[in-house]
Amino acid sequence: MMLRGLWKLTWIEIKVFLREPLGAFGSIVVPVLAFLVAGRIVGGRVGPPSLAASSFIRVGLPVLASLLIAISAVLSLVTIISIYREGGILKRLRATPLRPQTILTAHVIVKLILTAATLALMVLAGKRYYPVGVHAPLFSFTIALLISTWSILSIGFLIASIVPTARFAQPIGAIILYPMISVSGLFVPVESLPPVLHAVARVLPLTYAVHLLQGIWNGDAWSAHLSDVAALTVAFVVCTALSAKVFRWE
Amino acid sequence: MRSVIQVSGVRKTYGQTVAVDEVSFEVNDGEIFGLIGPNGAGKTTTMECIEGLRTPDRGTISVLGLDPFRHVYKLQDRIGVQLQQAQLQKRIKVWEAVDLWASLYQKKAIDGEHLLEQLGLTDKRDAWFMNLSGGQKQQLFIALALINDPEVVFLDELTTGLDPQSRRAIWDLVRGIRERGKTVFLTTHLMEEAERLCDRVAIIEHGRIIDIDRPERLVDRHCPERTVVLTTDDPIAEERFRAIPGVEAVICTDLRFTIRGRGDDLVTEVIHCLSENRIRVTDFRTILPNLEDVFLKLTGHSIRG
Repeated sequence: MMLRGLWKLTWIEIKVFLREPLGAFGSIVVPVLAFLVAGRIVGGRVGPPSLAASSFIRVGLPVLASLLIAISAVLSLVTIISIYREGGILKRLRATPLRPQTILTAHVIVKLILTAATLALMVLAGKRYYPVGVHAPLFSFTIALLISTWSILSIGFLIASIVPTARFAQPIGAIILYPMISVSGLFVPVESLPPVLHAVARVLPLTYAVHLLQGIWNGDAWSAHLSDVAALTVAFVVCTALSAKVFRWE
Repeated sequence: MRSVIQVSGVRKTYGQTVAVDEVSFEVNDGEIFGLIGPNGAGKTTTMECIEGLRTPDRGTISVLGLDPFRHVYKLQDRIGVQLQQAQLQKRIKVWEAVDLWASLYQKKAIDGEHLLEQLGLTDKRDAWFMNLSGGQKQQLFIALALINDPEVVFLDELTTGLDPQSRRAIWDLVRGIRERGKTVFLTTHLMEEAERLCDRVAIIEHGRIIDIDRPERLVDRHCPERTVVLTTDDPIAEERFRAIPGVEAVICTDLRFTIRGRGDDLVTEVIHCLSENRIRVTDFRTILPNLEDVFLKLTGHSIRG
């Protein structure tokens, strides 16, 4: 059965991750601290806020922080998969009745839980020290972030499928993922990008993730963002199908 | 005797490299069967094809009546596997690994705690995998290979990199697996390990099986030479030794004689000659060929390459 071992493996992977000296700290505490510090600096400097600056603090910063959480989860997934492959752990797990998709699903679940936990911590910390977004629809936003993460994770799998060694996993992942933020519409509206970049932005799932997250944070209804969800789903299906073709277990 | 593994005409290539070719053999129920050969001879490839982890390009394999490729999950439920140079998650605890493995199989797993005790890992049950010694890691991998009470156990280069003491402990564990009525299929490049553990061995070189039999029969067949080395100051000795039936050469350096001949009777004949002629010896030993010599004879080079 597909589900056999899934929960136990997921639970073990969570525990193993938390035992990493930098695991929890790097993935949860650092993004939250960065968010708070950035909020303080930007928020403190802007006196009577200009309209653009205030909109960035109100919407852009939380969305940026959420995206960074998602990307750091994806980079962590890419690294773990590469290390597991290099160490023969994937191969050892596969020589059991565990289905390959169960092994990979467990890792996706771990990263989604991690993302949700980091977001929760950020909101809690934000309420105390950084009174912004208190009125945002947090539940919907969490769902939107999980959908975005899920889609970006599939890019992560594609990267994990092709990186030659674990040593290159993190840097290659970062080089591919971080620049996507710059054309995602977070800083400059997609429409005002030069035609080439505009075309690039249109095919990158991060663009749709940003649009979805900004909208939901602002209180849009889900019905206004069905195309974003659809685009993220397409990205997931395409990347998953591609990595199923090229994924190496050893 | 019922055979539980049948391999027939298996060939596997990686790009231009032919890893194994025309490999055929059977493994009988309840025996320890060893695939022996140097590194890169095709041992692991052959084993992984049988386990269903690789698909051969040609040939047929049947394990417990199942096709390892088409019925891989059904098969994995009934076999236990230890892979060469495998690792687990660095910070997984011993009991967590055993507990996870126990949950993966359809049939009821055997008691993990009891298994850990049998393998001498009870006081390491809360240790992280990364903090285990090489021998303890292998003990854990054996535990994981046995957790589903498998009918056939596959062990790939089980004792490579272990110190002699851990190696001996592991050998005892493997003999224990056979005593429980399981079939063991192992690979090794250590001839001593094959000689001490295996009921039958197949010698593989450059992806082809050269010969298969019980270790002692392989020795008899390929290396019938026997050598006796003794020391005596009796002046008539050399002449008498040359008259022994089956002796092919007598070499004398100082008072030390090296007597070479063929057949199991040679040693008896030499002793007989000594007693009949009342030749007084101050040293006596025999040199018998072993699998190492068989390998050298069959391939023209030592297994350590």
